[in-house]
Amino acid sequence: MATTMISLRDVSKRFPGTRAAAVGDLSLKIAEGETVVLVGPSGCGKTTTMKMINRLIEPTSGTIEVDGTDVMAQDPVHLRRGIGYVIQSIGLMPHRTVAQNIATVPRLEGWESSRTDARVRELAEILQLDEELLDRYPGELSGGQRQRVGVARALAVDPPVMLMDEPFAAVDPIVRARLQDQFLDIQERLRKTIVFVTHDIDEAIKLADRIAILNVGGVLEQYAPPEEILREPAGDFVKAFVGAERGLKRLALMKVSGIEVEEGPVVSPEDSAEKARSVMGELGFDWISVIEDGELLGWVDERMLEGKERVGDAEPRRFSAYVTAEDSLRQALDSIVTSRTNVAVVVTEGQHYRGILTLERVSKEIVS
Amino acid sequence: MSGFWNWEWVATHLDLVGEQLIEHLWLTVLAVGIGLVISVPVAVYAQRHPRLYPPVTWVAGFLYTIPSLALFALLVPFSGLSTLTAEFGLVSYTLLILIRNIVSGLNAVPDDVKEAARGMGYTAGQMLWRVELPLALPVIVAGIRIATVTTIGLVTVTALIGKGGLGALMLGGFRQLYPEIAVLVGLTLSVALAIAADGLILGAQRVLTPWARSVRVRTAV
Repeated sequence: MATTMISLRDVSKRFPGTRAAAVGDLSLKIAEGETVVLVGPSGCGKTTTMKMINRLIEPTSGTIEVDGTDVMAQDPVHLRRGIGYVIQSIGLMPHRTVAQNIATVPRLEGWESSRTDARVRELAEILQLDEELLDRYPGELSGGQRQRVGVARALAVDPPVMLMDEPFAAVDPIVRARLQDQFLDIQERLRKTIVFVTHDIDEAIKLADRIAILNVGGVLEQYAPPEEILREPAGDFVKAFVGAERGLKRLALMKVSGIEVEEGPVVSPEDSAEKARSVMGELGFDWISVIEDGELLGWVDERMLEGKERVGDAEPRRFSAYVTAEDSLRQALDSIVTSRTNVAVVVTEGQHYRGILTLERVSKEIVS
Repeated sequence: MSGFWNWEWVATHLDLVGEQLIEHLWLTVLAVGIGLVISVPVAVYAQRHPRLYPPVTWVAGFLYTIPSLALFALLVPFSGLSTLTAEFGLVSYTLLILIRNIVSGLNAVPDDVKEAARGMGYTAGQMLWRVELPLALPVIVAGIRIATVTTIGLVTVTALIGKGGLGALMLGGFRQLYPEIAVLVGLTLSVALAIAADGLILGAQRVLTPWARSVRVRTAV
């Protein structure tokens, strides 16, 4: 287990004038380099919990430590400058250019301008922001671009901890998916400790190392990796919150490379048509893959082999779809149910044939 | 006598006209300047303590409603026929406009920008000077323009207490101290001054807030 970066011990928050606690006796340990997603219905205190970490909201009781130091013992301004912060509406400064926005915290911290400039350019590259955008004002950017500027700004002084409050909620689904992929990409490289708030369980499943599911009043229902939450939801609340299609969601988390594939019907182009027929008959297929030196050439069927001596004479046809080791089992399943043959063909890079996946094989992974 | 169009008098009294023009400008700049020095802290404080805002506008509004003639007359026994008396009145009239515009400007600063700034570790002072006031600038400048144009008009009234800038020319014309054309010269220059000042401030704002224009020509990339 990696070292703990953020720890909450019996933290509660009661807002003045309300009877129920917004967050009640919440304890949570977040490891260094881990992405923890706080998810739950509105009123579950997920945003309140996050804001207590950088003291935008102060806890009524309990202790919050970041990197071993009690946040209440620190100067809030200093604390916040060391924690990246991204909010849903981003809140870029409309009167400052993109470059100046990204340079916000370095400037507050009094960095030299050459160092700041270099950092701004580096971040623009990491977030794939065109250099010509740097001199524009936020009002001239698209939603996705603004979101990336917001993330770049939060990363500017390379803080070990990032707090992200529904950062991708305000953009359309296509842009959101792209931003999520980019997030995973960047996190893979930077390994920040990230607390991410969302109400979207699918986003949580996609991005989290661990998900904390909160119920109304800041009650922690389950704190576990996405796969475990889908496999063994702790109680009815989590089951209901995770929603339908739990099986499909679990498949989305598993990679084709993680399971064993069946060999499937295979011949070489040098083999006789007779041999191809007997392999098909033996395995109960009406088509067969043609492979030369491990490379997948395509498939042939009974009709194409008619009157041919060798398999190679039949001119194998390419598969219209196949899956790779990097694809998820959910994508494999899609390939299975949409292919005429009800089989997904698995290849690795360079069209190297690995085998086939069938519906039975895939479902075995989630039925145990 | 050369009738109403006594250009000869104008030509021989260019010094006087120039002096009055400069005095007019000076009284205006001083009034709006002092008005701002008072209004900014008052408005910032009132904006942060919304309960104080109504009484503040009530006081400023009360000052605004006093007829200028009466106000100057009331002040003369205390501060005499002085620049102080003139400025006391002129400044009073700028307060309502300036305070209102500063408060609305500050209120219009987007909450998400303030929240993000706080979350990134802006101190309260940095928030005010680097985020709130710059973003409120277009609305504040709109207030400064109105206050300036209003003050340029009001300065003429201070001729009654021995000041008045271009107003002194007008009053002199009425009282037959100067030929009648002095009224026209004072009036024309006063109007020209108001238009020029308004344009100048607007131009300065355009230069200071380049971002405000670019927001309108939003390009979707």
